[in-house]
Amino acid sequence: MSAALSEPAITTPDAEWRRLSPRMLLVHPVIEVGKALPALAGLFLASGGSSQGLIWGLIAAGIVTTFSLLRWVTTRFRITPEQIQLRRGLLHRTTVAAPLDRVRSVDVTAHLLHRILGLAKVVIGTGTSDRKRRDQFALDGLSAEAAGLLRSELLHRGQQLAAPVLDSTMAPAAGDQEIIRLEPAWVRYAPFTLSGVLTGLALFGFGWRIGNDAHIDASRVAPLRSIGDQLRHTPIAIDVAVISVVVLVFIAVASTVGYVLAFWKFRLTRHPEGTLHVTRGLVTTRATSIERRRLHGAEISESILLRWVGAARCIAIATGLKSGGGAERNSGLLVPPAPREVAIRVAGEVLESSAPFAVALSPHGEAARRRRLIRAASGALVLVGLAALVCWAARLPIYVWLASLTLLVVAVPLARDRYRNLGHALADGYVVASSGSLVRRRSAIDRDGIIGWNFTSTYFQRRFGLTTLTATTAAGKQKYRIYDVAVADAVDFAEQAKPGLLAQFALHA
Amino acid sequence: MTESRLRAPANLVSPRARWFWAVRAVPGWLVVLAAEAIVWAALPSKLATSIIFILSLILATAHLVVMPQWRYRVHRWETTETAVYTQSGWFKQERRIAPVSRIQTVDMERGPFEQLFGLANVTVTTASAAGPLKIHGLAEEMAAAMVDELTVRTQAAGGDGT
Repeated sequence: MSAALSEPAITTPDAEWRRLSPRMLLVHPVIEVGKALPALAGLFLASGGSSQGLIWGLIAAGIVTTFSLLRWVTTRFRITPEQIQLRRGLLHRTTVAAPLDRVRSVDVTAHLLHRILGLAKVVIGTGTSDRKRRDQFALDGLSAEAAGLLRSELLHRGQQLAAPVLDSTMAPAAGDQEIIRLEPAWVRYAPFTLSGVLTGLALFGFGWRIGNDAHIDASRVAPLRSIGDQLRHTPIAIDVAVISVVVLVFIAVASTVGYVLAFWKFRLTRHPEGTLHVTRGLVTTRATSIERRRLHGAEISESILLRWVGAARCIAIATGLKSGGGAERNSGLLVPPAPREVAIRVAGEVLESSAPFAVALSPHGEAARRRRLIRAASGALVLVGLAALVCWAARLPIYVWLASLTLLVVAVPLARDRYRNLGHALADGYVVASSGSLVRRRSAIDRDGIIGWNFTSTYFQRRFGLTTLTATTAAGKQKYRIYDVAVADAVDFAEQAKPGLLAQFALHA
Repeated sequence: MTESRLRAPANLVSPRARWFWAVRAVPGWLVVLAAEAIVWAALPSKLATSIIFILSLILATAHLVVMPQWRYRVHRWETTETAVYTQSGWFKQERRIAPVSRIQTVDMERGPFEQLFGLANVTVTTASAAGPLKIHGLAEEMAAAMVDELTVRTQAAGGDGT
């Protein structure tokens, strides 16, 4: 904590302008040059070592670096008793300000370079504007201590100022109650997350780019050519099998590495005031804080593979947290892929009610089931028809088209499962909605978090007497849908959840 | 459980909106028809292009006659002491309800065509990025009165609306 005391500008909560850490001056050049590295390497290889391209590349990297240095010089921020203000820009000076009571979440991340230099990036979520002006309050490059103090300053304003000193950047404060901690055995679920697919695509793209920049012809690279020759000499069936196995093994390994990188030392704790803290990460560390009054619900999500091995994730539904962006990047993640019971227990503890994830949901009835079946079957038929067209036009062998018939076989169980997973309930003040098959989600949103309702119905839904009820909210995904529910049930349900709003527009027959 | 349904919102938009929608759709059709006329003039065989041109003409007329009437019947709205309620849509119909206490902004806007017809659009937003409530084709005076009224009620409600 001595480092914190040596930076007096940070510990006094007055209206003085503060700067980012000067150590960031070391970080920017390295990152900018790193970003330009593939292009530079390609140019270098292509020209056989002496190229104007290389010089131009270096000049470009230099310019970008200069700009990033200027960014440090011009960026300042301060906290007044009412507001947090951020000033930046050299020619075009902008000052953005947000009232302190609109600060919804504080996200502290530190990648490898940050960590070597003892730095961290702070992203402050301020609610509604998050979607349009992303990273509006991103302070890239505070010292780790300053970042931790800033977080406490913003989140526990009501407290005495002595308290935040206990709360260092990544480590939760002493009085915090631990809700969950990653168990190493959970890594067994990693291959089933398929996050490695993205890694594989990214690596492929990276290799492709270098190859292209350097004008490398794949058939002239010895190892690639010998693989190609090998494949040509074996039957197609064996080629397909070998390639599938290689790809699957790669995805499994990459997913596991990704899981360890993202979720290493995952820990969810609760501050005595109710603020949740999530800390995680092996190389890039990340700490997210969510205030209790910003937390409006939770979601249990299970992809079909995770469901198959009995695992699930738990995600917070809170205002000011960007949802989506992949499981590894989602800052609302409360439980990484872990045994289903664990995810459900944590959801219950966080919401202070186990009912939303234990309650039996009302099914949506025969009409909804028929609609699911019709949709799946007609979708599959359209695809099979398209496959027939493509096969005919491209003169592909008939078995390619026959393979597409498996879609019809898969469609029916998929539709049945989608129907089975449809459901809604009102449990302990939470609106609970469940849907999906390939990714099944059960979301619970507290009724105060719900702003209004949208009823949408397509022509086909109207013929079945069904509607899709959408609860709009400022938290998480902004809208949570209850699919294909009978119109009367939807109206009654919405009125029960938020009494008085709908009654004035309802007809009772 | 009672068989409850939502009734449609009470108010229609301004009758002038029908003319507005028809006029606004004309330029798009003119572009399509002009393109077809050019193709007709450029190609040697006139039969197929003539048929297509006539079909487009019929379709355009039908669209210009039916669409405004249909929209006029579907686009409805209502505000009460506590809520705003709108209805819109064609194939996919949507009814949106937002409580007045959670309203964040009330915007009124008028494009050039709208000004010609003395109309205005009102958009009511809440803290949720999902589903602002839009009312198209209100009479200007009506829209202005509605904005004033909602603004007063929203201020009375207080809070930050999330």
